Amino acid sequence: MSTNNEVWVWAEQRNGRLMDVSLEILGKATELAGEIGGSTAAILLGDDVQGLAEELVAYGVGKVYLFSDRQLAYYQSDAYTRLISELVEEKKPEIMLLGATTIGMDLAPSVAARVKTGLTAHSCSLEIDNSGNKPQLIAAVPGWGGGMIVNILCPDHTPQMATVSPGVSEKPVRSDQGEGKIISMDVILNDSDFRVRTVEMVEQLPEGIQIDEADIVVSGGYGMKSAGGLEPLKELAETLGAALGGTRPVLDEGWIRESSMIGVSGKIISPKLLFSIGASGANHYSAGFTKAGKVVAVNNDPKAAIFDLCDIGIVGDVNEIIPVLIEKLKEQ
Amino acid sequence: MSLNIVVCVKQVANPDYFSEITLDPETGAIQREKVPSVLNPVDENAIEEALRLREKYSGKVTAISMGPPQAKEVLDWALTLGADEAILLCDRAFAAGDTLATAYVLAAGIKAICPVDIIFCGNEAVDGATQQVGPQIAELLGYPHVSNVKELIVNENKTALATRIIEYGHLKIEANLPVLVSVSREINEPRTATAEGIFSLMDKVFTTWSLEDVKVDEKNIGLTGSPTRVGKVYEQKNERQRLILEGAPEEMVNTTIEKLRQEELI
Repeated sequence: MSTNNEVWVWAEQRNGRLMDVSLEILGKATELAGEIGGSTAAILLGDDVQGLAEELVAYGVGKVYLFSDRQLAYYQSDAYTRLISELVEEKKPEIMLLGATTIGMDLAPSVAARVKTGLTAHSCSLEIDNSGNKPQLIAAVPGWGGGMIVNILCPDHTPQMATVSPGVSEKPVRSDQGEGKIISMDVILNDSDFRVRTVEMVEQLPEGIQIDEADIVVSGGYGMKSAGGLEPLKELAETLGAALGGTRPVLDEGWIRESSMIGVSGKIISPKLLFSIGASGANHYSAGFTKAGKVVAVNNDPKAAIFDLCDIGIVGDVNEIIPVLIEKLKEQ
Repeated sequence: MSLNIVVCVKQVANPDYFSEITLDPETGAIQREKVPSVLNPVDENAIEEALRLREKYSGKVTAISMGPPQAKEVLDWALTLGADEAILLCDRAFAAGDTLATAYVLAAGIKAICPVDIIFCGNEAVDGATQQVGPQIAELLGYPHVSNVKELIVNENKTALATRIIEYGHLKIEANLPVLVSVSREINEPRTATAEGIFSLMDKVFTTWSLEDVKVDEKNIGLTGSPTRVGKVYEQKNERQRLILEGAPEEMVNTTIEKLRQEELI
């Protein structure tokens, strides 16, 4: 199947907001398109989202396929899958990327199964191999809890599809000089597009600085149990102007929200500085901060894996170290 | 109302032993001999949801899996917990499939026991964690689906209302049966096995289906049917300076702060 040499992204919107990861993958798509000598396009579905299409143009996309309809306001799996699959089959992009959000991870496999192509899940790195007779997308994914990285290829089918984890690439620079075209698509929907129907979306957006945006992150592990929870780390985070996150066991204890969990099944973070406190350093956690600039670890067990994964390791009891840390930081 | 319910399960490497999975330094092959296998954790919740639904109405729960002969263990577990029948799709020809080829074989197995009212899957397997097989089974069967479900209400008139997790919230989704539902761990508290359940095992129907028993196009199964290929596998590198401090808290903290200030990180 000959393709149009384009790299596509699905631009996800919720309540009229573009998801950050959609802009990040647009940045990656622009880079990949450069390497295969092609261009980029975004697919945007929603209700009254012309403004978001213009945003995508400002972020440098080549084309926006805009599907606008009142019934497309929320994610509707049947309708979204059909509209996207039909366009993919008609235009034949070489590569298609979707953000690995809870919704992207649902839409992508449906589209891949419909158009019968390969899909790589929550990729953490994307490269092009131009050595063969066609550009080959190499999508790396964390396996077995993140201890291994596996490269996945899709040699004979198109589009070469991948979902991409948040934080893998950077948003492109925004400019008002974007020259991309917005193509308004005719939307004809029928009953079979709504065998399942999203009737309501409830969102409680978190307040304050988030772990995937902050320059400094303080992360707590299950070792904070001896301190009765994360309270001491809240003060440390405040002192540093840092965001507070944690490991899976800490989430299971209810000390943080899902959106603050670091790791393969949570967020991949890349702060300039990470304090990891009371966490042993299991693979599925540590794979979430391989891109952190500097890692300071505090743990009472000198044999803990975290001490192989840090720049500065403090072997000691969290109950003794944290108060001193806060006091010294405040001293200036 | 009687419901024909299918629950898809997978045998996976025990996640507690993931750190023991290594690469053969010469061949680069994955070594996981020492790692015991278990039922994929969230599949317990899928089984539980299926059993509760059968108990509320009536009907039958069939557990299905694709895997090597030893995957019978996880199906036996499903039967012990209360599933009525179990089917293992087992053939060398099915092996090495990616999510699409795996979903194709599972869909073919489910087709053989259709009409089905509801199919349950766990939202993700802990090994590959792709979350792809559930939606792909649905797509290949022509069923609608809802993923990441933390609450499900099935009504007498074969309609359902699902609460589906998204970042920072949820979606409310209405559905008509038949539907495929991938569940999250929050959906229920799985039961444990009883002695009665263990004794019941010998009376239950366990079937193994090989390539000859299911209607599949051999082009679509195993490695041949997989659009993706696995390339290089390597261990996650996390190279750090590893300056490890021991001693008095105040000294360790002072050293740390000094270094971070030097680098203008704080």
